[in-house]
Amino acid sequence: MFGAGGGTVSYKEIEETDVVLLWGSNAREAHPIFFHHLMTGLDNGARMYAVDPRRTSSSKFADLWLGLELGSDVALANTVARHIIQTGLTNDEFIAHSTEGFEAFKESVEPYTLEVGSQITGLPADAIAEMAEAYATAETAQILWTLGITEHHNAVDNVLSLCNLALLTGHIGRWGSGLVPLRGQNNVQGGGDMGALPNKLPGFQNVTDPEHRAKFEAVYGVEIPAEDGIHLTLMFEAMERGEITAAYVIGENPADSEADINHARKLLEGLDLLVVQDIFMTRTAELADVVLPASVGWAESEGTVTSSERRVQRVRAAVTPPGEAKHDQDILGEIARRMGYDWGHPTSEDLWEELRGLSPMHGGMTYERLEAEGGLQWPCPDLDHPGSPFLHGWLWEDDLGGRGPAPFSPVVHAGPKEELTEQFPIRLTTGRSLDSYNTGVQSGGYDSPIRYGEALDVNPADADRLDIEEGEWVLVSSPRGSVEMPIRIQPDIPVGLTFTTFHFPELVDINQLTNDAWDKRSGTAEFKAAAIRIEKLTSA
Amino acid sequence: MTISETPVAISTVTVSIDGADVTIPEGATLLDACTKAGVDTPTICYAENLTPVNACRVCVVEVENSRTLVPSCSREAEEGMVVQTDSERVRHSRKMVLEFLGSGTDLSQAPQLAPYMEHYGAEPDRYGPEPERMNEDVKVQDDLYIRDYDKCVLCYKCVEACGDDAQHTFAISMSGRGFGARISTEFDATLPDSACVYCGNCVAVCPTNALQFKTEFDLRAVDNWREEEQSVTRTVCSYCGVGCNLELHVQDDTIVKVTSPNDHSVTSGHLCIKGRFGWQYVQPTITTK
Repeated sequence: MFGAGGGTVSYKEIEETDVVLLWGSNAREAHPIFFHHLMTGLDNGARMYAVDPRRTSSSKFADLWLGLELGSDVALANTVARHIIQTGLTNDEFIAHSTEGFEAFKESVEPYTLEVGSQITGLPADAIAEMAEAYATAETAQILWTLGITEHHNAVDNVLSLCNLALLTGHIGRWGSGLVPLRGQNNVQGGGDMGALPNKLPGFQNVTDPEHRAKFEAVYGVEIPAEDGIHLTLMFEAMERGEITAAYVIGENPADSEADINHARKLLEGLDLLVVQDIFMTRTAELADVVLPASVGWAESEGTVTSSERRVQRVRAAVTPPGEAKHDQDILGEIARRMGYDWGHPTSEDLWEELRGLSPMHGGMTYERLEAEGGLQWPCPDLDHPGSPFLHGWLWEDDLGGRGPAPFSPVVHAGPKEELTEQFPIRLTTGRSLDSYNTGVQSGGYDSPIRYGEALDVNPADADRLDIEEGEWVLVSSPRGSVEMPIRIQPDIPVGLTFTTFHFPELVDINQLTNDAWDKRSGTAEFKAAAIRIEKLTSA
Repeated sequence: MTISETPVAISTVTVSIDGADVTIPEGATLLDACTKAGVDTPTICYAENLTPVNACRVCVVEVENSRTLVPSCSREAEEGMVVQTDSERVRHSRKMVLEFLGSGTDLSQAPQLAPYMEHYGAEPDRYGPEPERMNEDVKVQDDLYIRDYDKCVLCYKCVEACGDDAQHTFAISMSGRGFGARISTEFDATLPDSACVYCGNCVAVCPTNALQFKTEFDLRAVDNWREEEQSVTRTVCSYCGVGCNLELHVQDDTIVKVTSPNDHSVTSGHLCIKGRFGWQYVQPTITTK
């Protein structure tokens, strides 16, 4: 919608903002130090509205928790939008100057009256109205989200529906206001920035743009394919069709992390060649024909990573990698050499210097500056540029910085792909807990006193109805598979919904249950909404 | 169309520190002024990433026309203040504070205080040759950090870091009175049963090692904690996308402790359980031999 992909504000700004919509994010556990900045904002008087089907530990700090029906985010956003329009709280000057498509958008949200919105989301109309009015009337306001928004089959619609709210109110492109997708890993942002996207070259330059390609070809000395590549989800589909027969997996554990995991494992096993480059013998590495031992990115290697606020920072080697483990860039260099391309032995700074010459948004970021200034936020085009705390200030410039206006994107509500049935009448959603991380490869290495292992959180009323007790092992089934796991009775989880983390695949192989229905535009599977049933195990 | 920017207000005040004029930004403290004047000031309960609580009184200075000595860490500097940092009254007060702390607590792992003890001539044993102690076993309730109440000077830093200065968990507070006063969890619950989320921010701010990472405790137990040989490397945590800066303390090519720099805008020195303790996968179990 606005161009380059990245959080539009700095952490510092949330300390000074007036209203926060925390939407599909449990930052208290998944981004704890960002939550410190958020708490400073609340201490300074900001109001927070938490939108999440679960009453998460984050939402307990909110002024109001909106426990919406899972997957009804677009309906809620559209209802909020309509209410803002109906009550005359739109920023008309901003809409006229900086946006386009308002009339069509207005028409598209017309069906989402408070009554309809309330019906779809299960939220009281008053609560929706209160959040809408608070957001629209705030001097500054931010919408924060994570995978509660993006791990759905309609992920892109979910994000667009939130962007629409920022355009209605002008809460974008100025200090304190913005849109914040919190990144889940230390270099998700950096990976995208460096062109680890199927349609982008480093610096969000387009693969299909001949000028962009020519610039890189001149430096790399090779021809770059003129067509977009494909993303992970499409790769698995291509494996299924037999079009992809070899895969080189670097620092990822898809044999544990993919949705509908049995299916994904079968496809990985069926490859002619699987190469895995990792610091551990993960389940994916166990399937591999060749395993290349790598060094730990943040403790055994030199380089940079980019955070959720677009801050590029240095990682440094503090300890020696064990045995034959090598830096990722050296492994790739060796492979290139054996394929007939000798890259020499560039340092990470050499590679960074090359990047600086190719990616305008990184142009001013030397290693020296990154070290002296505690990292720099892109865009930082030249050596005199201080970096950019927030993005899209051009929306407020008289000539829009020479760009076109930002478009509204009408979107319609579509609930989870997998509907509840008599056979599978209960919702399952997944997420992180404070002390663990992803498939547990790293966080499994330390002994956390607050770790409870994997368990299925159920509401006390559901537990009663199913005649199951705290700690009881049950059989949990979705249309794709079954696992046995213990029950944790949690009043914070609504009736009809269940929740589990995915940190202990050795213990509970939860992705046997999750749905791999995915968004054609983002390639993200609907981890957040599967249909399940819970059965008692035959009594011992 | 206008863009609201953050206001940048830089007005200054000038104060006299031991006869020398020092100019500092409005809102800065007398401690800031002392630092700028190059005057070394002892502190215990002060930290740049916490709100001053004025608990220890060791940073006191004499301000002209003020009846009492004032804690420099929290006293805002005002135009024209005349400050003495090395008067007889200041020296005497600092000496007494250090002596009282030394007579009631074990300061053996607070080496930063030793030069001040010497400078002010503090002799804790003049209150009796056997220093008073809580005489409790060190509390070791998990693998992440320990509590040694004999070393606690009740500076409140841990309470602040756990509370609204950073973590907002409020797992610990002051309980009891007089010599029995102590930092406690709710109803003195064990840490794993308390509200504690093991961010370790309390450990990071503790000035006397009363709160201590278990790895350090274990290495000290076998006399193998060699701080002077440790290297400190700054890097970025890998457990989420926030970009917290880590300082890896390395001894014998092994990570033995993780902290975060106080002066970095992302963390202000604070971390979560994963960043603080989740590094052990990088290496085999630490040898305490």
